[in-house]
Amino acid sequence: MASFVVPITVISGIGAILAAVLVFAERVITNYGDVQVDINQGDKKLTVRGGGSLLETLTTQKIFIPSACGGRGTCGYCKVKVSEGAGPLLPTEEPYMDAQERGEGIRLSCQIKLRNDLKIEIPAELLTIKEYLCTCDEIIDYTYDIKQFRLTVLDGQLMKYTPGQYVQVLAPQYDKSNEEVYRAYSISSDPADKRAIELIVRRVSDGICTTYLFDYLKKGDKVRINGPYGRFYLRDTSAPVIFIAGGSGIAPIKCMLHDMKNNNNARKSIFFFGIRTTKDLFLEQEMKQLETELPKFKFVPVISQPEPGAPWQGAVGRVTNVAEDYLKQQDDVGNYEGYLCGSPGMIDASVEILTKCGITEDKIYYDKFS
Amino acid sequence: MSFGSHMLHLVVILFAAIFTDNILLARFLGMCSFLSVSRQVKTAVGLGFAVVFVMTFTISLDWFAYRYVLQPYGIEYFRFILFIIIIAAFVQFIEMAIERYSPVLYQNLGIFLPLITVNCAILGASLFMVIRDYDLAEGIAFGLGSGIGWMLAIVAMAGIRERLNNARIPKGLQGPGITLIIAGLMALAFIGFTGVLSSR
Repeated sequence: MASFVVPITVISGIGAILAAVLVFAERVITNYGDVQVDINQGDKKLTVRGGGSLLETLTTQKIFIPSACGGRGTCGYCKVKVSEGAGPLLPTEEPYMDAQERGEGIRLSCQIKLRNDLKIEIPAELLTIKEYLCTCDEIIDYTYDIKQFRLTVLDGQLMKYTPGQYVQVLAPQYDKSNEEVYRAYSISSDPADKRAIELIVRRVSDGICTTYLFDYLKKGDKVRINGPYGRFYLRDTSAPVIFIAGGSGIAPIKCMLHDMKNNNNARKSIFFFGIRTTKDLFLEQEMKQLETELPKFKFVPVISQPEPGAPWQGAVGRVTNVAEDYLKQQDDVGNYEGYLCGSPGMIDASVEILTKCGITEDKIYYDKFS
Repeated sequence: MSFGSHMLHLVVILFAAIFTDNILLARFLGMCSFLSVSRQVKTAVGLGFAVVFVMTFTISLDWFAYRYVLQPYGIEYFRFILFIIIIAAFVQFIEMAIERYSPVLYQNLGIFLPLITVNCAILGASLFMVIRDYDLAEGIAFGLGSGIGWMLAIVAMAGIRERLNNARIPKGLQGPGITLIIAGLMALAFIGFTGVLSSR
């Protein structure tokens, strides 16, 4: 009996003692006390508990730095400028930084631990990002894989955003996912509506958040979002505009067009909307309506693979080629501003075409859905 | 044994562990990090120092655990489990402490510590200490020597691999292939020292 009780007790005892020492050490040693985070040279000062990562600490303070991987250091989105107190660049950050960013002190906020006082600089609009609790009060099927969700902000708060920006939707834990994830979706609704926003979402097979939105979210359910984010918005000039979007990429452009209408913006504008087949076409009526309300706006849906026999009168081919043909006929191509939204492949192809036609890259703005 | 000859004995153990009985090139322990973290001399030096440090300390801790816990209870066969627990706990503790009290050291050495917990050379050194029946001083000399020997090997390998960047290597041999061949050649050279010194 004792022959195995003693050894097991001894070994377990030592294991327990070592574990206790480590737990105690973690309490004492990794207790960094309170540290101060100074944001944008004194714009905002936070006193927070040290020890955590900068990203998660800012999130608990309701300052949302965009991040797609949840702080594991794999997406490289959560970059902030740290002007004081971060120490040298870590090997885990190096792959995401180019020479210029290294020089400016750009860091990955998920990799920086709060050990001492920090001075950081973040885009001012991130300070206006808030979390909102909404109810989903309308779900519209546009096509077989695209739906529109209308979210009304509770608590009477108003959401201030610039048309073209996006929000992050929280997909809570559900049957098919045991972690909370945030995914980004552009706002598509009329900005005149301050109480609600609409999101146009294309289903991604096995996507955690789209599966939640498509299969689990019901009318009347609560949804948590935060935002707004993004630098994709209509620049305040009078230059003619070429919009190019594919599929659900129509969302931010629809929002911009509503805004142009609200402000009686008479800029010359044309919107090439690329889809695969007639089954993928949606929002056609709304766009036609906008054509009548905006005197110099034109909507051009382009179908790349028309079904044989489908009654389609419009443009056929790749959306980039149709846009190119249009630009070639314009004598003021150099004045145009390009606004692109869609898949990375479509954006890259569009940028190539636009620059080839004579629009300089600093006048091409885009939002890549990836 | 007089004090003088005891000191000499320790020096012999130290040098034997570095050269004639190199834990990496003669015993082939700690190969995984040797092959994967030997691309740059700078990181190899950082990892090497971390191994020297951890090996020297864990071998003394393991010596105490063996002498005062395992032997009295007659449960020496538990040494594998106990040594691993001690090494893991020590590395964790040191990582926390370095991160807290010396950020500069953490940058250069601390980030390698998690790699070491699973480095078999560390456990191997402690087990050799048991097999060879070392006393504490001999154990420390052996641990220090093994660590330095490991560092010597990985830094030499990193130096060679940095040069290899400019060499034209047949496609099929690039990466792991040529690295293993180099490791073999280095091991041959070190085996040439065998018998010059005896660590026993």
